[in-house]
Amino acid sequence: MADLLLNLWVEYLWPLLWIVILIVCIVLPLLIAVAYLTYAERKIIAAMQMRKGPNVVGPFGLLQPMADGLKLFLKETVLPSRANATVYFLAPMMTFFLALVGWAVIPFGEGIVLADINVGILYLFAISSLGVYGIIMSGWASNSKYAFLGGLRSAAQMVSYEVSIGFVLISVLLTVGSLNLSDVVMAQKSVWFFIPHLPMFVVFFISGLAETNRSPFDLPEAEAELVAGYNVEYSAMPFALFFLGEYANMILMSAMTVILFLGGWLPPMDIALFSWIPGPIWFIAKICFVLFFFLWVRATFPRFRYDQLMRLGWKVFLPLSLAWLVITASVLQFTGLVPK
Amino acid sequence: MGTSEDQTYFVNFGPQHPAAHGVLRLVLGLSGEVVERADPHIGLLHRGTEKLIENKTYLQATPYFDRLDYVGTMNQEHAFVLAVEKLMGIEVPARGKMIRTLYCEIGRILNHLLNITAYVMDVGGMTPILWGFEEREKLMEFYERACGARLHANYFRPGGVSFDTPQALLDDIGAWTESFPKIIDDIETLVTENRIFKQRTVDIGIVSPEQALDWGFSGPNLRASGIAWDLRKSQPYDSYAEMDFDIPICKHGDCYDRYLIRMVEMRESVKIIKQCLAKMPGGPAKAEDRKVTPPPRAEMKRSMEALIHHFKLFTEGLRVPAGETYTAVEAPKGEFAVYLVSDGTNRPYRCKIRAPGYAHLQALEMMGKGHMLADVVAIIGSIDIVFGEIDR
Repeated sequence: MADLLLNLWVEYLWPLLWIVILIVCIVLPLLIAVAYLTYAERKIIAAMQMRKGPNVVGPFGLLQPMADGLKLFLKETVLPSRANATVYFLAPMMTFFLALVGWAVIPFGEGIVLADINVGILYLFAISSLGVYGIIMSGWASNSKYAFLGGLRSAAQMVSYEVSIGFVLISVLLTVGSLNLSDVVMAQKSVWFFIPHLPMFVVFFISGLAETNRSPFDLPEAEAELVAGYNVEYSAMPFALFFLGEYANMILMSAMTVILFLGGWLPPMDIALFSWIPGPIWFIAKICFVLFFFLWVRATFPRFRYDQLMRLGWKVFLPLSLAWLVITASVLQFTGLVPK
Repeated sequence: MGTSEDQTYFVNFGPQHPAAHGVLRLVLGLSGEVVERADPHIGLLHRGTEKLIENKTYLQATPYFDRLDYVGTMNQEHAFVLAVEKLMGIEVPARGKMIRTLYCEIGRILNHLLNITAYVMDVGGMTPILWGFEEREKLMEFYERACGARLHANYFRPGGVSFDTPQALLDDIGAWTESFPKIIDDIETLVTENRIFKQRTVDIGIVSPEQALDWGFSGPNLRASGIAWDLRKSQPYDSYAEMDFDIPICKHGDCYDRYLIRMVEMRESVKIIKQCLAKMPGGPAKAEDRKVTPPPRAEMKRSMEALIHHFKLFTEGLRVPAGETYTAVEAPKGEFAVYLVSDGTNRPYRCKIRAPGYAHLQALEMMGKGHMLADVVAIIGSIDIVFGEIDR
């Protein structure tokens, strides 16, 4: 009996508990990071616009995200009378869930990864593609015209840009010869991929903006046209989940950019001073760097129109990434650099 | 959902819509994202200004003009004040004219700054509006220092302005004209050559010169279509005849041109302000006719006659000889005019207000048809409408 219990503990319960602990170790800092990303966004954009940003709640306004979160938590959840309640509430949960679940395969450092699976890139790609469901469900279930238009726009946009993201990913994985994200990082020991793959780096970053519905591709929530787009009917916690999901997606997209093009947790140069700093710190610093660009773009650019956005996706990025894929493959073949 | 047989999707754009610039209710008929119908509904901000003015003395009527287009307030007072002066045959002293010209141009910059930046925000660029507001704040302080109010100035009076401006204020305005072009440059670097902004505005909502005339356009919107018509040049009032400035015009009449023209006009306004400051004459800022303008307070303490004048002016008000006039000024948004009918009493018999925004708004369907939903937002931003003056 004791054997059986011990066996149960060692074989099933402890691994399960361990996984749960690991998940908490990832999700908790992530949620805090999301909260402070909103704070950073407000502060950085404020500085660019010659104003102060949040500075009242707590020292330097540092408690502002907490206050906002608390406010959303305490507000009333409004259900529009003609909404489909099940789908309506499922949508934000789905968005939030998908934004978190992608982190399972992200390597924070050498060997520091929850699930070191061999199809990491495909997994991430699949998860980020599923994100569109949350939005289209919310747009449909709200039974509101603005939300519906926002949902439709978003679906079309995300689907379009995923195509070029897909080709970018293929270019990278051709160079690496593996779909495992840790392998992708290790392959960048000599040179980070943003140097040989510079055009794809740009395409990926811009598609990332579109994929996360950020400015200048924030059409689904274009306040000037659609008021707030797909989440116009949402309030309180369901809205907070959308909000958290969107920002978690931003961080996830930045992490993907860092892993695929900026050398993941690797230091810029393999010299003593740089290599003393642990990998996860480099990783986080690089994510912050990419996120800063997300915010910078938001403060600078006007918004694309729907058809222009589609044109950019299908007529510019798609041929470009396709051509680059062919070039990469040819170069690798003829120089004999094909991995393995 | 409001789907009719012909598959048109109707959306109520406003009245509580962030891009509707006030209380515009626009019923849009969409086919997908393409606008097939754009039907502006007005009247949500109607306050019966014209009727109210009929029951007020001429002096009490001026503040209503601040509340029409609440962005360029003094320019509208100007039209009414000029109309009253014309009927009464008052000659305004040179300094009064110059101060009014100066403040009209400040009003023009106030208006264009808000319009341009809000327009850029409508197409998604959120930074210029905050830069613009910083400058508007300074301008409003100039308003405040001249008359005590930031927005609803009530500064222009028949016969001049209510108070003379101190020299310190004029010096500060002069200093501001030196720093302001830098801000215009900053906004231009961010917006003018921005590819996305150009994609959103070039060839959107084109108005040909003929259409512009047919639909009663005036002001920057008319000049963007290529017609060089500016009341400050064609029938100069106050000190505009002495000023050296250009009337910018554009060729295409699209949203981008309507943006460019306002940017250039702001620079021209700075030019005019500088000239006003340089040429500012001495002397009184309002007519010395005690039947028109109140006496100074010190004089009232000494002179019985002055006290009576003051009492009569602020109880009975001005008596305007019978007659009628159509007096127009070049307000920031276009030709703003007052058709004033006096029956010889102390109250206007009729005061019809011609608001430029009203004519511009009616052309919205013509401009927006066949464009996409997002373009309608750009068009609304570019024609510069404020509902205070449209609904009156």
